[in-house]
Amino acid sequence: AEQHAHFEARIARGEKIEAGDWMPAEYRRQLIRMISQHAHSEVVGMLPEGEWITRAPSLKRKTILMAKVQDEAGHGQYLYHAAETLGATREDMLQALLSGKAKYSSIFNYPTHTWADVGMIGWLVDGAAIKNQTMLAGCSYGPYSRAMVRICSEETFHHKQGKEMIVAYAQGTPEQRAMAQDALNRWWWPAMMMLGPHDADSPNSGVLTKWGIKLKSNDEVRQEFINEHVPELLEAGLTIPDPDLHQDEQGNWRHGPIQWDEFWAVIRGEQGLNKERLGARQQAHDDGAWVRDALQAYADRQRAVAAD
Amino acid sequence: TQALLLKLTVLADDEIILAHRNGEWTGHAPILEEDIALANIAQDELGHAGLYLSLAQTLGGSDPDRVAFWRGPDDYRNTRLVELPKGDWAFTMVRQFLYDTSEALWLEAATRSTYAPLAEIAAKAVREEKFHVQHTALWVERLALGTPESERRTQAALTELWPHAAQLFQPVEGEAALTASGILPDLNAVHARWTDLVTRHLVDKCGLTLPDAPTTQPGRDTHTHHLAPLLEEMQSVARQHPDAEVW
Repeated sequence: AEQHAHFEARIARGEKIEAGDWMPAEYRRQLIRMISQHAHSEVVGMLPEGEWITRAPSLKRKTILMAKVQDEAGHGQYLYHAAETLGATREDMLQALLSGKAKYSSIFNYPTHTWADVGMIGWLVDGAAIKNQTMLAGCSYGPYSRAMVRICSEETFHHKQGKEMIVAYAQGTPEQRAMAQDALNRWWWPAMMMLGPHDADSPNSGVLTKWGIKLKSNDEVRQEFINEHVPELLEAGLTIPDPDLHQDEQGNWRHGPIQWDEFWAVIRGEQGLNKERLGARQQAHDDGAWVRDALQAYADRQRAVAAD
Repeated sequence: TQALLLKLTVLADDEIILAHRNGEWTGHAPILEEDIALANIAQDELGHAGLYLSLAQTLGGSDPDRVAFWRGPDDYRNTRLVELPKGDWAFTMVRQFLYDTSEALWLEAATRSTYAPLAEIAAKAVREEKFHVQHTALWVERLALGTPESERRTQAALTELWPHAAQLFQPVEGEAALTASGILPDLNAVHARWTDLVTRHLVDKCGLTLPDAPTTQPGRDTHTHHLAPLLEEMQSVARQHPDAEVW
């Protein structure tokens, strides 16, 4: 109880909690859940864009996309490391992902239909992620906070590249412009939903806010997202697929109703590519089993040689 | 300069096609760290292709994207080594090792080219290539000396790939003159150093068995049936938008 009071006081003072510090079991549990889910999202997030590496329409775009997907793998690494500081093991986290027990951001269950989707994912999905990560960079758990700072700076670069692509296509050939508009039509609402359910429907928010992990509500972060990106999309000459979208007297952009039924259906795997995404990860995991066995056998052998 | 133009294109073709095969691994590597490492290698390959094609452009060649995305299988001059399907992890690592060692030795020699722009490209690229060799050599060793299954897969990959590696050392038409004038490295010398290097690693260190070298070797102007579908996929978006000037 005294430890608990001390912990709460540190949070109140805005101190960073570090890996070796005492923390309530629930704090640890919530962080492992959040961080590993974030890590899974990075790893699964490689797949929708990774599918387009072999079809990128120029050497430059191919290289940029490869670098981006590589960064996502790296983000997965940073985040798994952060979760390991709390006692989670990589193997357990991966098994939880592969078995379907652990969640990842359901935005990646939407299919990518055209090359413009790659740009739009950069603009909208990374744009939404940045808003969230910027908030999390201020959280109370040191390792997570630092991982967010690092990831955020790379994500900002990806966002910029995606925007650059879309702006170029919106001013390119009629087919490129149509491709960009179509991508916006398909990704706008999923990106909005990506920032999470309305505050009233968000099951974990209360405890996360109390302990300085979540510093803003989903609705606040969503508002920031819209306020920044709506003007830029309009300036690019694109039409946002929300007939109710308008500015209020304070200048905030107000959106129409979000179809939360779809959001939950995609999370449950009833709609979208949940089975395919997990299937691809499972296949990679299983196909790589003999490789990991070889790594282990080789390492054992080297140790045996070194021990002689 | 026609011969030099051809040589630069040949070099770029191998890089582009191999980068494509490596790009197919994204999100599917056996461990996360290897997704990162292989993507890194593939980006370097694309970077080298860009350097070669940009230099070729100054010699009268076409825009690099035009060369990459608007030639068909009949015009590509890559080796069969790089166009074969990605296979399993052992296949990819053995292929990469055979290719990277060859490229590293060629680039090392090319840093002494009497043609300054090529020497500069080589000086830049050789540092990256040496990293690739280190990485893939270690992987081949791990797999060859790992479990019976990984050894068998690695040996099978070597047995299949070895005959194709010899194509890497085929001169292009007119190359002899460029070698004589010190612009290009002597392929025979590179080949000899390469054979020594890979034999020491594959046979002495990894315990693998080298297949017999092929007595004849098809030219770079002929391909397996794997290249056409590869290019069809690689060029699909670009060719859907023939009027597009900016990507």
